[in-house]
Amino acid sequence: MSANPTPIAAPGGNGPLRTPTNYRTRAMRLNSARRYGMNHLVTGLAVLSTVLVIVPLVAILGYLIFKGASSLNLAFFTHIPAPVGETGGGMANAMLGSGIILALASSMGIPVGIAAGVYLAEYGRGKMLAMAVRFTADVLNGIPSIVMGLAAYSLIVMRQMHFSAFSGGVALAIMMVPTITRTTEEMLMTVPHAIREAALGLGVPKWRTVVSVSLRTASPGIITGCMLAFARVAGETAPLLFTAFGNQFWSFKLNEPIAALPLQIYVYAISPYDEWHRLAWAGALVLILMIMVSVSLVRIYAARGILKGAS
Amino acid sequence: MGVGIDVEHLNAWYGTNHTLQDINLSIPANHATALIGPSGCGKSTFVRCLNRMHETNPIARATGVVKMGDLDIYKDASPVDIRRRVGMVFQRPNPFPTMSIYDNVASGLKLNGFRNKAILDETVERSLKAAALWEEVKDELKKKSGASLSGGQQQRMCIARALAVDPEVLLMDEPASALDPVSTSKIEDLIFQLKSQYTIVIVTHNMQQAARVAENTGFFLNGKMVEFNSTDKIFTTPSDKRTEDYITGRFG
Amino acid sequence: MSIEREPEPSSPPTAPSTQMAAMPLHAPAIVNFVAAAEPVAQNGPPSPIRQFLSKRGNGALADSTFAAVMLVCALSIFAIVLFILTILIARSRLSLAQFGFGFFTRSAWDPVSGDFGALPFIFGTLATSLMALAMAVPLALGVAVFLSELCPARLRAPISFLTELLAAIPSVVYGLWAFFVLVPIMRDQLGPWLYKVLGWTGFFEGYNFGVGLLTASIILAIMILPIISSITRDIMQAVPVSQREAVLALGATRWEMIRTGVLRNARIGIVGAVILGLGRALGETMAVTMVIGNHPDISKSLFAPANTLASVIAGEFSEATSDMYISALIEIGLALFLVTIVVNAIARALVWAVTRGAPARSI
Repeated sequence: MSANPTPIAAPGGNGPLRTPTNYRTRAMRLNSARRYGMNHLVTGLAVLSTVLVIVPLVAILGYLIFKGASSLNLAFFTHIPAPVGETGGGMANAMLGSGIILALASSMGIPVGIAAGVYLAEYGRGKMLAMAVRFTADVLNGIPSIVMGLAAYSLIVMRQMHFSAFSGGVALAIMMVPTITRTTEEMLMTVPHAIREAALGLGVPKWRTVVSVSLRTASPGIITGCMLAFARVAGETAPLLFTAFGNQFWSFKLNEPIAALPLQIYVYAISPYDEWHRLAWAGALVLILMIMVSVSLVRIYAARGILKGAS
Repeated sequence: MGVGIDVEHLNAWYGTNHTLQDINLSIPANHATALIGPSGCGKSTFVRCLNRMHETNPIARATGVVKMGDLDIYKDASPVDIRRRVGMVFQRPNPFPTMSIYDNVASGLKLNGFRNKAILDETVERSLKAAALWEEVKDELKKKSGASLSGGQQQRMCIARALAVDPEVLLMDEPASALDPVSTSKIEDLIFQLKSQYTIVIVTHNMQQAARVAENTGFFLNGKMVEFNSTDKIFTTPSDKRTEDYITGRFG
Repeated sequence: MSIEREPEPSSPPTAPSTQMAAMPLHAPAIVNFVAAAEPVAQNGPPSPIRQFLSKRGNGALADSTFAAVMLVCALSIFAIVLFILTILIARSRLSLAQFGFGFFTRSAWDPVSGDFGALPFIFGTLATSLMALAMAVPLALGVAVFLSELCPARLRAPISFLTELLAAIPSVVYGLWAFFVLVPIMRDQLGPWLYKVLGWTGFFEGYNFGVGLLTASIILAIMILPIISSITRDIMQAVPVSQREAVLALGATRWEMIRTGVLRNARIGIVGAVILGLGRALGETMAVTMVIGNHPDISKSLFAPANTLASVIAGEFSEATSDMYISALIEIGLALFLVTIVVNAIARALVWAVTRGAPARSI
């Protein structure tokens, strides 16, 4: 076959720029094949990597659920751990403890976080200070949680000479603030400026506009953001290692060491007792279920709540 | 009862952009005044200076004197007080999406702490009637959300909301430009009926609209007010050639 | 005081003229209007609404108080950073004074004699993080490309939901799985296989207990994959459609469009996403603590037990008895804090450069 076949008349008439489809050099054909081949190769690689990632991750999730479900029973939710060597028992005290610490952390972290987010979205737009706050919040979100635990330890535990639920709450609150700040700001930015102007135009003072119009309109999204932050710190172990410290028994006092679910899971996992291992799996399942619920709720809210609030 | 507005040497900036240059005019009480001019000539900025909404933009600045009756609105009163006396209807309807129709119309009062339910009910009804929306929504006041009405209805609800606080002046920034012709004519009817009780300033792109509803008209161009006269005169024998060019459609 | 102006004679065309209207406009016969009535002079008392509103304060005090409170809360973000910095420096005084900068270049770790040097942990942190990146980044980019460009719409939601879920799973749960599943696999199957195939490289010497650098790197890779992938997706989606269309219009294949239209524009942001993943890997604590072997050693073998900056704190803090021991551990925490701040700041700046400050996800 010659390299340059004679061009023949193309069906449909001769335009000045038309190349008949059989006028393709070998080089052109090879180039085409190479490009399409490359396209297929890369597509295949992308699919392969997705499969390589998804399948093991699903397997992990499935294994966790399976192991946890077989270890989960009613006693888990109602009993405290049994003495070493005995079967039965549960992690009820750890769940209560987590609840107490999280309530403490939320009461400190959520108001401050929302207020900071309000500042960023309503008062600071375009200002250098707001940009610096935003950037710092993002950076803080990436700090390892164990550092927060160390800070809370240094501030509170060292001074009081004992571990406490309070110090655990402080460590977690410090983690919640930057997260909630950013999500609150994000949600407030979706509120259309027109309705703020409508309220201001009616002679409503600015603070009232922020509270009754901006916050109210963005509230589904803001609540979602708080839920996300809550779920994230609920699974944190490192900051509690030397603040809340853990407790084998029921504890209701804020000034004493207290059990927490992720902390308990860690301690049991590295212990030598099978029974405790079983409890650790069950606890892990409870944590995963909680995460699944909150991630799903967030998605549902995102699809419905925000659209409704900002129409 | 309306009050007149007197503007002296008003200049306004957005950042370094000198949007309004030395505006002087008097808006008569209890009449409708139209402001016409091509896009970007400063009409919207001007009305926003009249109720101190201009300064809500962080890069905005204004100098000059704006007087409502005896009151210098920049020196002698706070923005919040002024905005309660000078109402505004915006170009695009902006109802509060989380509130019902009732709450939307009453928002100017409720958000300012007004609690008397009887007067609120009566005010909402009166305002909706004045805005010619009462018949259409009276059965669903508290059930329907403000954002669920049609565009024309929303804008009339916004007018009702502005009227509910009993302002003395009503500013309307192209209130019908985003609406269909039927809603537009309903709103023009409204303005015609309202102007006996309020001072109305209406910004409009639509010269026929200005001719229909306003006694006086001002023509803005590139941040300056070129001519201010009775509507009759502006549209039949304008004094300035630029006005004439605009009216006859040579530009804008 | 009303301004009175005499009607002026027609002025020259360029001067603005101002005249008061003498009479209301007669409605033109276009629409049927109610004829304009003469304004009725009402000089009675203002309506109750006007009375109420005029007496109502203008909220200036409430406004400034509210704004101040919001500002203070926003400044608390800075306060948190400063607080952590100062308190960690304060509490690591002892070891700072004793060892100075040499702390980070020495290889000792002997609590009994009070001799501390953090080099093994720096080695452990770097080794595990870089290996984790090497494993995770190609896969994460592949997933991101797949999800944002190639994935059929129906699959997109479930797969991205799965990715979000996996990013949200707590570290201790990953650690639990790694401890009971990954470690035995490494010890009994993967490790011997690696030794057989790659033993000649010298990286697989020594006894294989299942815990060690390699196991920690694997679980770390699994953990940072979702974050790299989802931020890369965000960045790829931030590239305007016009860029992609322009390349396609020139006759590019799908892959060429992705390569030149998307990836080239998003390069900087993708680097940022990778560095964010690195930042996460540097600080990851619980899962690593459970599978790294907790031994302050520097070793060439990937099977060797080791420790990272985070895992030594987690593992040994509760047993730290002497003041110097605690101080040394807190100093390690300080180092971790500073390093992750720098890494995260660089990463966020790069991501911001591409997405132009659009609100970042909280992951």
